[in-house]
Amino acid sequence: MEEFFANYGALLAQGTADTLVMTIASTFFAYVIGLPLGIWFAVTTPTGLAPNKAVNTVLGWIINIGRSIPFIILLVAIIPFTRLVVGTSLGVPGAVVPLTVAAAPFVARIVEQSLAEVDASLIEAAHSFGANNFQIITKVMLKESLPSLVRGVAITFVNLFGYTAMAGTVGAGGLGDIAIRYGYQRYMADVMLACIVICVVLVQVFQSFGDWLARAIDKKKH
Amino acid sequence: MIELRNVGKVYQAREGSHRALESVNLTIEDGDIFGIIGASGAGKSTLVRHINLLERPTEGRILIDGVDVTYFQGKELRELRKNIGMIFQHFSLFQQRTVLQNVTFPLEVRGHGRKECEQRAHELLKLVGLDDKFNRYPSELSGGQQQRVAIARALANRPHYMLCDEATSALDSRTTIQVLDLLKRVNQELGVTMVVITHSLDVARQICNRMAVIDEGIIVEEGLTEDVFANPQSAVTRELLARGGTGVVRPHDEEEEA
Repeated sequence: MEEFFANYGALLAQGTADTLVMTIASTFFAYVIGLPLGIWFAVTTPTGLAPNKAVNTVLGWIINIGRSIPFIILLVAIIPFTRLVVGTSLGVPGAVVPLTVAAAPFVARIVEQSLAEVDASLIEAAHSFGANNFQIITKVMLKESLPSLVRGVAITFVNLFGYTAMAGTVGAGGLGDIAIRYGYQRYMADVMLACIVICVVLVQVFQSFGDWLARAIDKKKH
Repeated sequence: MIELRNVGKVYQAREGSHRALESVNLTIEDGDIFGIIGASGAGKSTLVRHINLLERPTEGRILIDGVDVTYFQGKELRELRKNIGMIFQHFSLFQQRTVLQNVTFPLEVRGHGRKECEQRAHELLKLVGLDDKFNRYPSELSGGQQQRVAIARALANRPHYMLCDEATSALDSRTTIQVLDLLKRVNQELGVTMVVITHSLDVARQICNRMAVIDEGIIVEEGLTEDVFANPQSAVTRELLARGGTGVVRPHDEEEEA
């Protein structure tokens, strides 16, 4: 055991750090793009605040196309775009761009679903007090769906955590990359096992934290 | 004064059109507690939503204090709504806001400062007898308490009018009486004109000085409450009366005070 950590401890620590950096950065950027997109999508539905069939349909297409491309294909397909944005298609920065592009439509969809859960009567009440649409979005829709939005962040985070394994193919490093190169290609079962254990533990920790946070901020007790 | 002149509403759907209101003419004088009574589906909720333009009429005019507001938009509309508070059957309190933050909402959206909002909210919570609960969340309150918070919220902008949409139908008989007493007090002490939508004749009898009966989108009877009860003119009213007053004496889902 001691010998194993002496040999591979640093490698695994670096892999864990790379995986976390990729996951956190891509979750953040996916929300920078996906949150406004999801809000726009939600308010333009036929029963939304500002119904707009054309905008809603186009957004629906974009979101569904984005979600239907398998990540491993998206990763290589958008290499020119990735180079344009971060100057390289390799390493952690080279992985964050495709991870963000892959997750943003997913984020838009789950944000839209969280907002759709907000009771229509609350929006009507807000209208009756003279709130404008912007105030209804920020003070009613986002505020009332916050626990649900937090759960969405946890789901996105865990999904992206899984996707980072594929980013190893562009040399981004991370736990997935280590598991493939050492565990699979060099038949090192102990490294493979270590990677799996770290992944399982981290996902459990993040999911539990997300669930706890969502419950803690939810004032609507059931 | 609220005047509805020949107000009609037709909903267009793919399956065809549905007429919800037909040439409604009503005048609600300042100081009134005006009841609009009807069975569910009769069009009373649709009707009251025309007064603050949550719904737009497809025909006719709506006048508030003599001004035609039928096509008000944007800022003009929001100014109008400031003057018309509203409470709802299921209270419609913001679940993720405290009691105090619920009451400050109508002030916040008008850009009042935080301190001013909170001071006014505390005043209103004292008026409805719930200032000790200012830091609680709606889910921690009983139905009657939630509706009192909603009344405080509706009064935040010092409106001249208040619309009550089935405000007591989710409450038990004891809390119904408390909420009706509070509405009466708001009417008498603050001079707020009220439009009370209800399916319950008892509610109408207890607080309304004038009332109208609506059936299938048509006003079938209108007058002083005592006259309508003593001498009903339409078959619909007589049938409602024959079935007996509902709402106060009928046992409801009991919601005990928390």
